[in-house]
Amino acid sequence: MRYLPHTDEEIASMLQAVGKNSLDELFSTIPEDCRCTGILDLPEPLTEWELNDLMDALSSTMAASPEYTAFIGAGSYDHYIPESVSYLLTRSEFVTSYTPYQAEMSQGTLQAIYEYQTLAARLLGMEVANASMYDGASALAEALLMAIRITRKSAVAISSLVHPHYRRVVQTYFEPTGYQVVELPRLENGRTDLSPIHGINNLAAVAVQSPNFLGCIENLHLIGENAHDKGALFVSCFTEPLAYGLIKNPGSQGADIACGEGQSLGIPQSFGGPGLGMFASKMEHVRSMPGRLVGQTKDLEGKRGFVLTLATREQHIRREKATSNICTNNSLCALAAAMYMASVGGTGMCELASLNHDKSEYLKQELQKTGFKIGFNTPTFNEFVVEFPKGFDVTYQRLLEKKIVAGLSLAPFYPDLANHYLLCVTETRSKEDMDALVREVTS
Amino acid sequence: MKEAPGITGLILNEPLLWEKGKKGRRGFSLPRRDVDFCPLDENLTSKTLDFPDLSEVDVIRHYTRLSQWNFGVDTGMYPLGSCTMKYNPKINEKQARLQGFAGAHPLLPHTLSQGALKLMFELERLLAEITGMDAVSLQPAAGAQGELTGMLLIHAFHKSKGIRRSKIIIPDTAHGTNPSSAALCGYRPVHVKSNEQGVLSVEAIAEVMNEDTAGIMVTNPNTLGLFEKNLKEIAEIVHSKGGLVYGDGANMNAIMGMVQMGQIGADIMHLNLHKTFSTPHGGGGPGSGPVCVKKHLEPFLPVPRVAQESDRYVLSEDFPESIGRLHAFFGNFGVMVKAYSYIQSMGPDNLKKASQLAVLNANYIQEMLKGTLHLAYDRPCMHECVFSDKLQQPHKVMTLDMAKRLMDYGFHPPTVYFPLIVNGAIMIEPTETESKEDLDLFIEACKAISNEAQQTPQLLLEAPQKCKVRRMDETAAARRPCLAG
Repeated sequence: MRYLPHTDEEIASMLQAVGKNSLDELFSTIPEDCRCTGILDLPEPLTEWELNDLMDALSSTMAASPEYTAFIGAGSYDHYIPESVSYLLTRSEFVTSYTPYQAEMSQGTLQAIYEYQTLAARLLGMEVANASMYDGASALAEALLMAIRITRKSAVAISSLVHPHYRRVVQTYFEPTGYQVVELPRLENGRTDLSPIHGINNLAAVAVQSPNFLGCIENLHLIGENAHDKGALFVSCFTEPLAYGLIKNPGSQGADIACGEGQSLGIPQSFGGPGLGMFASKMEHVRSMPGRLVGQTKDLEGKRGFVLTLATREQHIRREKATSNICTNNSLCALAAAMYMASVGGTGMCELASLNHDKSEYLKQELQKTGFKIGFNTPTFNEFVVEFPKGFDVTYQRLLEKKIVAGLSLAPFYPDLANHYLLCVTETRSKEDMDALVREVTS
Repeated sequence: MKEAPGITGLILNEPLLWEKGKKGRRGFSLPRRDVDFCPLDENLTSKTLDFPDLSEVDVIRHYTRLSQWNFGVDTGMYPLGSCTMKYNPKINEKQARLQGFAGAHPLLPHTLSQGALKLMFELERLLAEITGMDAVSLQPAAGAQGELTGMLLIHAFHKSKGIRRSKIIIPDTAHGTNPSSAALCGYRPVHVKSNEQGVLSVEAIAEVMNEDTAGIMVTNPNTLGLFEKNLKEIAEIVHSKGGLVYGDGANMNAIMGMVQMGQIGADIMHLNLHKTFSTPHGGGGPGSGPVCVKKHLEPFLPVPRVAQESDRYVLSEDFPESIGRLHAFFGNFGVMVKAYSYIQSMGPDNLKKASQLAVLNANYIQEMLKGTLHLAYDRPCMHECVFSDKLQQPHKVMTLDMAKRLMDYGFHPPTVYFPLIVNGAIMIEPTETESKEDLDLFIEACKAISNEAQQTPQLLLEAPQKCKVRRMDETAAARRPCLAG
C-alpha cells in the first residue's frame, strides 16, 4: 500500500528494537476477549484507477451546475469561484497543517486567519470576528447560548423567517438546557412580527435573519431597538453574506452578535458542507465568545506576528466551564473566504452584490409581467418568493427533465405557503437562463 | 547524525492584505452585466465596503508567501499527539472536487442526488463495521460536535424512559472537549482518576457509578496512549446501573481491525474522519465527527437520515424520537467523500496494517527515547507515547523549550502539556505514514536536543531561530487583544 512506507526488513528490525516477535504481539496489552477474531467485512482495496471510476460514476449522477440551471438558494448559493482561489487553496502547507498551536511554525495560517477575522468583521460591521464555526446553523445556536451567558437571562426569541434548518439546530442545542425558545411569526409583508417579544420575561436575545428565508430584507434597526428596549441582545443572522456588499450590514444597525453562513464567499456548495460558520460580536463581549481567536503580537525581537489568543475561554483550558466545546472549526473554509474577499475586493464586492440584486429583480419583474404573483412586497436581495398556480408541481417536474430547477417549494417549511416557491438568482445565471425559465413556466 | 531537515529557508516578507493594493484594482473576473441597473431603496443600502482592492497577482503572491511560513504533513513529520497527523492522500482531494459533488446543491430532489446519498449510505455501513456498531450519523461537523451529539443521544435515551440523570463520569485522561460537551447538555462531570498503570480501575468506576449518573465518556486507547483493558467490566458496571458508555474515537487509529468498540461495551462512539480516515486538518478544520451507535440508540439519531428504498436512496425525517438536527444540511459532505475514498483504497487488511504500524512506530519511538526523556508510564503503548521534561528540569529547560528547539531541527513539535495528568507532558503520535528513516531522524534530533539541554541550554531557551518569527509573546496578545486590523 503506497501510503505505508515500511518494508518487511524495517518492520523486522523495529520489532526487534522494541522486543516483540510480531505486529500482533504489539497489542498484548489488549485482553484477548477484547480483540477482533476475524477480518473486517469491508470491500477489497481499489487501485487509483478503480477509485476514479467509482467516484466518477457516483458523482455523474448528481445534478450539478453548469449542467443544470438551478434557481435555488435557501442557504446554499451558486457563486462563481475564481480559479486563483481554488488553486491557492490546494497549497498543502495550508491544507495539511493542524490548528496553529505552535505559532512560530504556523504564521501562514495565523496571519491568514487574522486577515479573515478582519475582513469578516468589516463585512458584517462588527468589532471582532472569530476564526470560524462549523456552519451558519451551529453559529446561531452558539450565538443564542452566548447571549444567555452575557445577560444571565433564560429565554430567546427567534424569527420564524430564520432558515428552518437553523431553527431546528437551535432546538436541538437547547433541548436539554431548559432555556425557552419562542418563535416570532410572520407579518403580511414577509418580515418578522416583533410584537410577541413584549410578552416574554427574561429575554436574552432576539434573533432574526436578513435577508430572511423568504429573501426579504428585515428592518434591522427597528428590531435592534426593540431588543435593546427589552434588555436583550440583538442577534442578526444571515445565509447570504454577499448581500452586505449592497445592503446595510448588521453592525451598522445595532447588532450585538452577527452570525451565519459564509459559503457564498468562495466555498463550493458540496451538497451542503463544509461551509463556513461566521461569528462576530462587539468587543465588549469577546471573552464570552465561542471559538478560536487569532491575535496580533510581537516576537522576542519585536517583529510582528500572530498567535491563538484568549484561550482561557476554550475547552482545552476551561474544560466544563468553557464558552463552547468547539475545537476543530472550519479554518480552511475561512481561508477560502479571505482569499475570495481579497480577490473580489471592496469595489468588486459592491458591484457583484448589485449584479446579484439586479439580476434577481429582472427575473422577478419578468415573472410579474407574465402574471405570476410575487409573494411579498418587501425589498429583496437575490432571492424572492413567487406564488405559482395550483398544480405547478407538474411543471416543476417537467422543468427538471429539461435540467432547470425552478426554485424551492416552500410548502414543506411553511404549510400556509402552498404553491409558493423560493427563487434565487446569482451572478452565475444569465439573462438567457432567466428568459428560458419564464418561457418554460408560462408554456 | 545525518543532516536534519531544518535549515534557514527561503522566507519572504509579506505585509497584511490591507497594507497592499490600490483602489480600483481587482482580482476577479466580474460576469458581464446583461440586465439593467435596478437601484434598491437608499434607506437599505450602504455605499462602501472597507476592503482592499488587489490584483490577481497580489493575491497569489500574498498567499503563496504566507503558505511558506507554515509547516504541514506534506512538509515533514508532524507528531502531534492525539491529532493523528497522517498523510492525506491527494487522490481523495480530487474526488471531493469532482463537479458532481462540489457543485451539488443540498436541497434538490432525491432523484437528482443519488450518488451523494449512496456514498453517505455506504460510508455509514463501512464505519459501522469498523467500530462494531449498528447505525451511524454522519451529520456532526467535527469531533466535538460528535461528542455533543453523543451526549444528546444519552440525554434522549434516559428521557424516553422518563428519567433525568445529572452526572457523567469523565476520567482525568479525557480531552477538554469531553467535559465541555457534557456541560452543554447540562451534565455535571464526575472526574475519576486513572490508576498507577495509567488506566481506569473497575473499583474506581464502581465507587462513583450510580442511578443519577447518565454514563461514562471514555477515550480508548486513552490519552496516555494506553488501552483501557478493564473497559469490558467497566461497561458492565455502568450498564447495570442503567448508564451508557460513550467511546471517544479520537484515538481509533490505534485499533482498526484489532478492536471493535461496539463489541466491548460501547453504546455510542464518535470518529474523527480528519484523524483516523486521513482527511486533511486544514489548519483547524473542516473535520467530520460521525457518531456510531448500537441498535437501542438508533431511534434517537439526528435527522435527516439516509435510507435505502428498493433501488434508490432517500432522506427521511420520519424518526419521531430523533434529537433533531446538528447541521444546516447533512454535515461536511466534502470530508465524507475523502474518507470514503480512503477506506475504499485501503480495504480491510491495509486499515489493520495501518493501525499495527502506527502502534509499531509509537513503540519504537518510546523505546529509543526512553532514558533521553522521562517516560511517564513504562508500559507498551498503543499509537502514541507520553514523556515528560523531568530529566531536563534540573537544567532549567522545560517541555516548551524542547518543543520550540525541535522546530530548528525541521520537525513539528509533539503535543505539549497534555494530558494534564503528566506534568510537562510531551505526547508523541508519529502515525503509520512515517518511515523508519524519518523516525530515526526525529529520535536523533530529540537526543541532540537533550544533550543541548545539559550543555548549551541557552540554545533551547532562545529557540526557535530558523522560523519566520522568533518566540511569540503570547501573554501580551492576551492582555491587550488585537483581533482585527
